[in-house]
Amino acid sequence: MTSNEFVGARSVAEIRRDFPGIAAFAAAGAAYLDSAATSQRPNVVIDTERDYLAGGIAPVHRGASNATGESTNLFEEARSAVADFVGVAENEVVWTLNATDAINMVSLGMADASAGLGGSAAARFALQPGDEIVITEAEHHANLIPWQHLAKRTGAVLRAVRVDQQGLWSLDDLAVTLSDRTRVVAVADVSNVTGAITDVAAVVELAHARGALVVLDACQSVPHRPTNFTDLGVDFAAFSAHKMLGPNGLGVLAGRAELLDALPPARTGGSTITKVTLDDAEFLPAPLRFEAGTQAVSQVIALGAAVGYLNELGMPAVAAHEQTLAMELAERVAAMPGIRLVGPPPGAPRAGLVSVAVDGVHAHDVGQVLDSNGVIVRVGHHCAQPLHRALGLTATVRASAHVYTEASELDGFMEGLAEVQRFFKVPAGATA
Amino acid sequence: MTNLESLYQDIILDLAKSRHGDGPLDGADHEHHEYNPTCGDQLTLRIKLDGDQIAGLAWQGDGCSISMASASALSDLATGQTLEGAQHLIDAFREMLRSKGAGTPDEDVLGDAIAFHGVSKYIMRVKCAMLAWVALEACLTEERVQRAS
Repeated sequence: MTSNEFVGARSVAEIRRDFPGIAAFAAAGAAYLDSAATSQRPNVVIDTERDYLAGGIAPVHRGASNATGESTNLFEEARSAVADFVGVAENEVVWTLNATDAINMVSLGMADASAGLGGSAAARFALQPGDEIVITEAEHHANLIPWQHLAKRTGAVLRAVRVDQQGLWSLDDLAVTLSDRTRVVAVADVSNVTGAITDVAAVVELAHARGALVVLDACQSVPHRPTNFTDLGVDFAAFSAHKMLGPNGLGVLAGRAELLDALPPARTGGSTITKVTLDDAEFLPAPLRFEAGTQAVSQVIALGAAVGYLNELGMPAVAAHEQTLAMELAERVAAMPGIRLVGPPPGAPRAGLVSVAVDGVHAHDVGQVLDSNGVIVRVGHHCAQPLHRALGLTATVRASAHVYTEASELDGFMEGLAEVQRFFKVPAGATA
Repeated sequence: MTNLESLYQDIILDLAKSRHGDGPLDGADHEHHEYNPTCGDQLTLRIKLDGDQIAGLAWQGDGCSISMASASALSDLATGQTLEGAQHLIDAFREMLRSKGAGTPDEDVLGDAIAFHGVSKYIMRVKCAMLAWVALEACLTEERVQRAS
């Protein structure tokens, strides 16, 4: 059966041919529904990295050879492409190890500022005992634990906006959690478990009215939806390359230039400095002040190609494709007896992921049956233990989409759930 | 037998449902809590000793069918064993789970627990099967340390 699905002008069938990983899974009879964890890479990303490596590599931002200049140009062109992709200026994109590292760059920088580093320019980041950091119960551990540590280091108080039985939190609850002591509000743009989409502009308005900084975990939005951090007004944002058709080992910290230029660099060392004496060092403006040591040059260049690929498809079309698939899947699982859908109810907008629990069967057992049916999903707490605790579940099963996902793969997921119920003889399975 | 059936043999599904040894244990000599952070499976295992012998063993926990079934199987096998016999059992079970499906496990030693041989082909599930067994091993180690001091 030929699919008639499209992402913008290109058919999904054609897009799938760009991804050797998808072809390899398909040859093995498997459907990849775990792109929220890590995405497959198109040939153009793999080839760009390989071509760069094979063409003779050289260090960036150091030395004076022509080869160094060429590597530096490619490296900075990729930065420019990524900056355009998320609506910020080139000097507002900092390379990090991954998105987790990017969030830590902010929390550790604030800890350093609280300890007096960075001088008067960094005083705006210094927390006092009794200051408040606000997160939500739905956050990924990467956007929770760094703030726990910052609170412990500074005597600040960590306050959480609670979720309801579906795992959703509200702007009303956020509003009453904020106070004039709130200094940071750290939330995800899209929940990696529920697929709920945050009204970021509204969060920014509430937070800025209290004088608080907004740190956005954009891991599940940037790869899947048009995202413009400047329009949203966020102060800092983090996302990772490997979820957006790019390579591993690379994340991005985006931030407003005036803030990045004042935030103390959490990691220090070579290539971040202007003047170094035995007693002290002065740092370059962002982004280089944060990029200590040798950077992931080939990965950065490959990420530039990934952004180019996504731009050609068009992010509005990517978002529409994935949202259509996820909303369809949410309706189908919600209609199935013995299956609990978490997150937005059927019919409500959601990003391209759906998490469920099968009554009477542990998520790992569900995942095992799906796997043997050729359906690759993520099982576990998805690095969101507090959220799962609030849901009354130890783990869920998550299916997630990307540009190459086609509707027929959802059929496999649904058939797999029915097979789970039959195999483990849970009540709803009798009629499935 | 399909791959799935070789992993989830009927005896495993039965052991997971029947949960032999599930419950509290009064007057326990040793207690150990094990937690698998990747999936949230957790289990507390307690033993009561009579000299060198495990006179009582009980566990409480939540987890996938593999972890619950293996706790059941352990409860059947280890109760009444000597400390040394229990350690021998754990060693044999671990060796079987590290076999990646190779060899034939010793039914004389492992009894019904040979049903878990199929789990050894699923590297992501080996920890599930080891959960209760690792907890018992920690209890045995604690007893040895106490005796040595």
